Amino acid sequence: MGDFEADGSIVNHLLTISSLQPCNPKLTKLNDVLTQPRPVRLKGRSFLALALSPELPLDDWLVQLDNLAARSAGFFLRRPIVLDLANLEIGLDELRELVNNLALRKVRIIGIEGAKGSMLAPDLPPPLLDGRAASDIEVPAVDETSAPTVAAHSVTTVSAAPKAWGSIFVNQPVRSGQSLHYAEGDVTIIGSVASGSEVIAGGSIHVYGALRGRAMAGTMGNSTARIFCRKLDAELIAIDGFYLTAEDLEPSLRGKPVQIWLERETIKVAEIV
Amino acid sequence: MGKVIVVTSGKGGVGKTTSTAALGAALAQNGAKVVVVDFDVGLRNLDLVMGAERRVVYDLVNVIQGEAKLTQALIRDKRVETLFLLPASQTRDKDNLTPEGVEKVITALKSAFDWVICDSPAGIERGATLAMRHADMAIVVTNPEVSSVRDSDRIIGLLDSKTLRAENGETIEKHLLLTRYDSARAERGDMLKVDDVLEILSIPLLGIIPESTDVLRASNVGSPVTLADGRSAPAIAYFEAARRLKGEALPIVIPGDKRGLFGKIFGRRAA
Repeated sequence: MGDFEADGSIVNHLLTISSLQPCNPKLTKLNDVLTQPRPVRLKGRSFLALALSPELPLDDWLVQLDNLAARSAGFFLRRPIVLDLANLEIGLDELRELVNNLALRKVRIIGIEGAKGSMLAPDLPPPLLDGRAASDIEVPAVDETSAPTVAAHSVTTVSAAPKAWGSIFVNQPVRSGQSLHYAEGDVTIIGSVASGSEVIAGGSIHVYGALRGRAMAGTMGNSTARIFCRKLDAELIAIDGFYLTAEDLEPSLRGKPVQIWLERETIKVAEIV
Repeated sequence: MGKVIVVTSGKGGVGKTTSTAALGAALAQNGAKVVVVDFDVGLRNLDLVMGAERRVVYDLVNVIQGEAKLTQALIRDKRVETLFLLPASQTRDKDNLTPEGVEKVITALKSAFDWVICDSPAGIERGATLAMRHADMAIVVTNPEVSSVRDSDRIIGLLDSKTLRAENGETIEKHLLLTRYDSARAERGDMLKVDDVLEILSIPLLGIIPESTDVLRASNVGSPVTLADGRSAPAIAYFEAARRLKGEALPIVIPGDKRGLFGKIFGRRAA
């Protein structure tokens, strides 16, 4: 799979499609970057946004929102907020008024989900599609009886760099056919990653065992992510959309403990001694 | 309450049915009440290996669909009187196995037998997942070659996610039974070595069954290898595996290797 340039160095392919779909970086289409000048790189970002689902009558709902904001000051500050209109029957003027009312409360709406086409005037926030439900977000210091429903949805936007990585630990081997996705941060596996399995992480991947399957790190557009393993026998490794297949890997590194990182769009593999 | 064991592998032709019959017979020869259940609906073979093919009247699907009672479908072995067979249907297809029906049958068998050994069909579809569903313990049958090892790895992943025990947050005991092991070929590098397989699958080893013509010969005369010739090498290996199933800590000797490798192997048991 690796294409050799005249000087014999391996050039990595760019997985453009996978970069655009941050939550499903399946290797569906390969982009031939060799024949073109440097392509414009489009990267996906995934953020956790709060989704507000207003209920009728809106005045009452706004009062409840005020109560919530009063109890946990600054809760809505600097958070991306999406308005979910799926179950709300209101007109364009009412929507404008609602957005203005929220703006007065320093709640800035970055997008509208579940709205009819007729509602999407150019002066309103843009429509968002394909939001995936995440767990409910706890509002700090909330009186349970009157808390409005605040459900979180993850939305995809194209903007600033991600921050605040999480991490998960997997205490068993990743078996053939299993697929481990963790977009929010680093994955540490205490065990091996079997041939025919894949680990996909937004951050770095650490394998305390043999890496025999696929490992894709930094899939949310994180070029500083790395892959570490005790024994390299991978089918494919990728960082931030750049990948190498088993054939491209230096044979002398096979079976060695290595770290893998990205340096100026080239995947580097080095033995850890 | 009996123990439910599933004999599974993912890949076909590695020796699930042979191992089910041999282990079932080995356990029953010591007086335990054992039933071997064929889950391979449509491609049944366990009745042939057990030598009971002429005595099948009702089968697993009949019982599940309420057309026969469990006692009518069970076939008692003519050689070992505590050994029973619940055959699969050859004419129906796997869709006739319902999760509720299988649960009912397994629950009934568990209360009447010490060991319920389920012979899983190859593959990872309905038949295989239903066979493993209610198991307390799994025997993963693997040949020392890469495709079998990878399929076994896949099956272990399913055992850890699709069984009732896994869904309830419990663990299912998994044991590796390495079959058709040929030490000469492993030494030449034509086959994976025991250590290689153990390292990849990282589950404890139940036994190593040497490649032998005795196995085929026994199958052809319709007898579990442990009943056909109790002193043949594969029969001895199965007898020892059966004792380990019951919890005995027996050393494992790699066939063709004169040294006892007890310490070595047990030292490497990863899971």
